[in-house]
Amino acid sequence: MAVLEYQFMQNAALAGLCGGITCSVVGVFVVTMHLSFIGVCIAHAAFAGALLGLFLGFDPLISALVFSLVSAGIIGPMADRGELSPDASIGIIFSLMLGLAFLFLGLMPGSRTEALNLFWGSILTVSRQDLVFLGGVTAVEIGLVLVFYKEIQAVVCHRQVALAVGIPATLIFYGLLFATGLTITASLRSIGGLLIYALILNPAAAAYQLTYSLRRMLLIASAFGVISCWAGLAASYLLDIPSGASIVITACVIFGVATAFSPKRKVKRWQRS
Amino acid sequence: MDDVVISIEDAVISYREDVALQGVSLKVHRGDFIGIIGPNGAGKTTLLTVVNGLARLLQGEATVLGLAVNKQNSTRLRRRIGYVAQVENIDPRLPINVRETVMVGAYGRLGLFHRPSPAQWQQVDRILDVVGIAHLSRRPIGHLSGGEYQRAAIARAIVQEPEIFLLDEPTASIDERAQWEILDLIQLIHGKYHMTTLFVTHDLRQLPSTCQRLVLMKQGKIWRQGKPELIFEKNVLSQLYGVPVPMPLKAGSASWLHSSQ
Repeated sequence: MAVLEYQFMQNAALAGLCGGITCSVVGVFVVTMHLSFIGVCIAHAAFAGALLGLFLGFDPLISALVFSLVSAGIIGPMADRGELSPDASIGIIFSLMLGLAFLFLGLMPGSRTEALNLFWGSILTVSRQDLVFLGGVTAVEIGLVLVFYKEIQAVVCHRQVALAVGIPATLIFYGLLFATGLTITASLRSIGGLLIYALILNPAAAAYQLTYSLRRMLLIASAFGVISCWAGLAASYLLDIPSGASIVITACVIFGVATAFSPKRKVKRWQRS
Repeated sequence: MDDVVISIEDAVISYREDVALQGVSLKVHRGDFIGIIGPNGAGKTTLLTVVNGLARLLQGEATVLGLAVNKQNSTRLRRRIGYVAQVENIDPRLPINVRETVMVGAYGRLGLFHRPSPAQWQQVDRILDVVGIAHLSRRPIGHLSGGEYQRAAIARAIVQEPEIFLLDEPTASIDERAQWEILDLIQLIHGKYHMTTLFVTHDLRQLPSTCQRLVLMKQGKIWRQGKPELIFEKNVLSQLYGVPVPMPLKAGSASWLHSSQ
């Protein structure tokens, strides 16, 4: 516990707490709506935006936020209008963002250390400013979920029904996509653009295996998210391995254990028989 | 004319290059039970989506419950219109139970920033009892059979306290026994809650006996309409479907379904 006396470790623990909660909460929405690939796509958009910021010499989080929100604003209507199938439209945006990310990386002069840090993330070097941003996003997100819980529940579980009963379902849906973009941007420095979606998907997917209640799923996923961050952080410190990777591997292990002991697997077996 | 709750004039709707509705006009009076029949692709479902504002009119106009159906009014209108669609494929792991799913019907009317009261949860329990699935209230919605799911969907529509009840092939894809139970339930609900009901089906045997008027649709147009006992005739139906329709139809719940002409 002596290690927690260091300021950088306190910051990292706080970033793990906020990042674990906020990523898992948006993860619950994308996993329940079967839109996991959207999370992957927005994460790469944020990453490409951040690299553009670095390339042009301004705060990468600003351009990451713009890119992630714009990609969320494009994916939603493309998927809704059905001009292309949702997986095709998301795949096209995803490949464009990956292409842009490598383009900006290639054009960047000199050392690319900061750019590579956005790849892997570095929770141990998270700044006070990043922590305030991440904490603010977490607080706003929790507040919005508490206020609009019933609308969110209706949209993530029964989107067409929500629309038919007069809930502003489209507004809520886009709000969830924008929240995903905001969350990814806020977690980019600590977790990294390539690893962030694992922290979005794994705790939520693990919680999805364990409960039939959305409220409990949000709580379980948040707990798994925080445990992934803190256990990953501890493993990183003790074993001297990259923190982003250890966080994601911990989240994957939790998902594996949850799936192995999922009570829902019995339902699946029962349905097959 | 004050009791006209649905008035559609010359409605045209197109999905890309396909014209789904071509100049359809329809008037429905308060308390009517209208059956809408026709082959697949005739525009039956699209006609329902004109009523609840889910479809965008390219031409013509629609007035429902005294409000013009447009982007501004559609959310307000949908709160007053119950909609039950076909059984959909639900993920068995979906994290919501039957009671919560039924309560979703009240959320539009409740509005943002308001939570359901204990009295509203009690109302949900009473309605689950009316539709016969009170014992399933805590079960995950994805674990219900097709018939049970449709009962939950009907309960959700009742919780909404709608003035208009839209039913889009509610008995499709469920077993024979559940089909007749759902039909009986729909007729019970129509009478008990004094709603205006529009019932769409392509299966002639699934028309409830309470139908006061039949609307026959073909190729995006209202091909014919009238009282069921006058219109439910072998030649008319054979022309509608483009194949000989054997009469009398078997297993119908309505007396006029058995008439052999």
